[in-house]
Amino acid sequence: MKEHGILQVRELIKDFGGVRAVDRVSFDLKEGESLGIIGPNGSGKTTLVNLITGFVKPDFGEVRFKGNPITGMPAYSIARMGVARTFQMARPFYGLAAYKNLVVPLYSPRVRALAGGGLGDRDTMALDLLEEVGFERDSPVPFKPASVLPHGYLKRLELARCLAIKPDLILLDELFSGLSLAEVASTVPIIEKLKMEGRSIILIEHRLRELFRIVDRVIVLNFGQKMAEGNPAEVMESDDVKKAYLGTEADG
Amino acid sequence: MGHRVMEERGARKERIDRGIKARSEDIFALSSWREILYLLAPRLLPLLALLFLALVLPVYWKKVLVTSAIFGILAMSWDFLVCVGLVSLGQALFFGVGAYLAGTFHHAWGWPWWVNLPLASLLGGGICTILLVPVLRLRGIYFSMVTLVLPLMLVRIIEATKVLGGTEGLSSIEGFPGLGVELALSLGIFLAALFLYRRILGTDYGLVLQGIRDNDRSVISSGIKTHWFRAQALFLAGCMGALAGAFMTHAYMFVGMPVFALDYSILPITAAVVGGMGSIAGPALGAFLLVPLSEALRALGALRIVFYGVFLVIFIVGLPEGLFHYLKRKYHQFERWTAIES
Repeated sequence: MKEHGILQVRELIKDFGGVRAVDRVSFDLKEGESLGIIGPNGSGKTTLVNLITGFVKPDFGEVRFKGNPITGMPAYSIARMGVARTFQMARPFYGLAAYKNLVVPLYSPRVRALAGGGLGDRDTMALDLLEEVGFERDSPVPFKPASVLPHGYLKRLELARCLAIKPDLILLDELFSGLSLAEVASTVPIIEKLKMEGRSIILIEHRLRELFRIVDRVIVLNFGQKMAEGNPAEVMESDDVKKAYLGTEADG
Repeated sequence: MGHRVMEERGARKERIDRGIKARSEDIFALSSWREILYLLAPRLLPLLALLFLALVLPVYWKKVLVTSAIFGILAMSWDFLVCVGLVSLGQALFFGVGAYLAGTFHHAWGWPWWVNLPLASLLGGGICTILLVPVLRLRGIYFSMVTLVLPLMLVRIIEATKVLGGTEGLSSIEGFPGLGVELALSLGIFLAALFLYRRILGTDYGLVLQGIRDNDRSVISSGIKTHWFRAQALFLAGCMGALAGAFMTHAYMFVGMPVFALDYSILPITAAVVGGMGSIAGPALGAFLLVPLSEALRALGALRIVFYGVFLVIFIVGLPEGLFHYLKRKYHQFERWTAIES
């Protein structure tokens, strides 16, 4: 099983009422690989992430993580195995200070298990994590309530929340959406660093330029079906993809 | 008036809490006895006020103080659930279960109050948790509706099956040895609950509970089983609610169907609205305002509820954030003169 890599997705199907949101999608992810999932709005990208992370149960198909079937397992168990995700809408714990937002995921049994009894002060760990995603440590920002943080910080807080459980597989659902160019530019190196550390990453993105800089491989979804797969350059050359994704006629 | 004089001497105003709060809400850097006093005063003054009242009030108002404390405990248990994102419209369930348990313990087996209080509290918390666990998955208004229905159902079951004394209730239950014991005990439990709940919410465990309130999907995706945490919070709230009920049974030496009445569900909510939700201390403060007010208005006879209602409306319109949050904000805005360094 090991040769198939960290994640195997087989024939996943999910219907919402009469609409087939995800239609027989299969793909593999190798350990340390980063995969981009692109597609027009409503093509089933977020549903695919929800299916993999257990927030939505598939009607058919199988998901294996490190060779173990995780299909139909509760979301918290899948997270404990080392699958972390961000949400498209970064909704922090508004009532808590930014660094206290990270104390919550640091309470996870997974963090305790990985620390092996030597779990230190969660506040310190939280501040370290915030520094990792670009919060200035000696500024008052980490101590501000999450409710007053600007959008760019919230997105990075969401990323830090996902990194808090030291995941082996990270699914980032439109991390760059709503960020300014400068904010995107400062976030890309964080993800590149995660890649260098050997973490497996799945990125859903609309910002293709940044996405193609990061990922090794791309999957294109359209109406829930996988319509193309390959390295970024060759996928975007495909006429079908141009037509579906960019919505323009491919002339010439 | 002395403003200009002070400015000419080279001083400016600054907020007292500026120097004390080191970056964060719960890290303090104290450098003088005045700053220590600034922190201690809001914690000690209410304590001293309670102690003073408990000593000087006439007997009737001492009884009111006991009732205030009981309702305060119930209101805090309601607020604790709010901090976890569960809005209960049926605090009477916790209260009534605790009250009937204590009553039954004494009626059936003759157990003394000092056995019944802790036992009814733990068992009551457990029973309420088991009753509500199936609906914990429901969020928002759906959970609230079930909590509203449960106590009303239980009271009908007691009425129809005539168990637990039926409509008559269980009377001649052992009272406390004296008003002094009763008062000290009620205030003691009240302060312990206040301290415990606020302490719990400040710990990492409490932060997880508040995280579940703000965004439970985020908490789940960290590998935390939110339903288990919600059930624990329910148990913690249920224990205190049941303890309030059990105390009432022994204080009134009687337990009957009214313990499941809507009053016990509504008052914690009004106390929280007046005092300020989400702070534990707010609802406690609210209970100590509303219960005595309701007693003071007794002289007005039938118009009592009207005045009570008017007071509530004025409070909600004038101070929507609640008294505790308002006072806290104002207290933090206190200013002092400080020399301008050049």
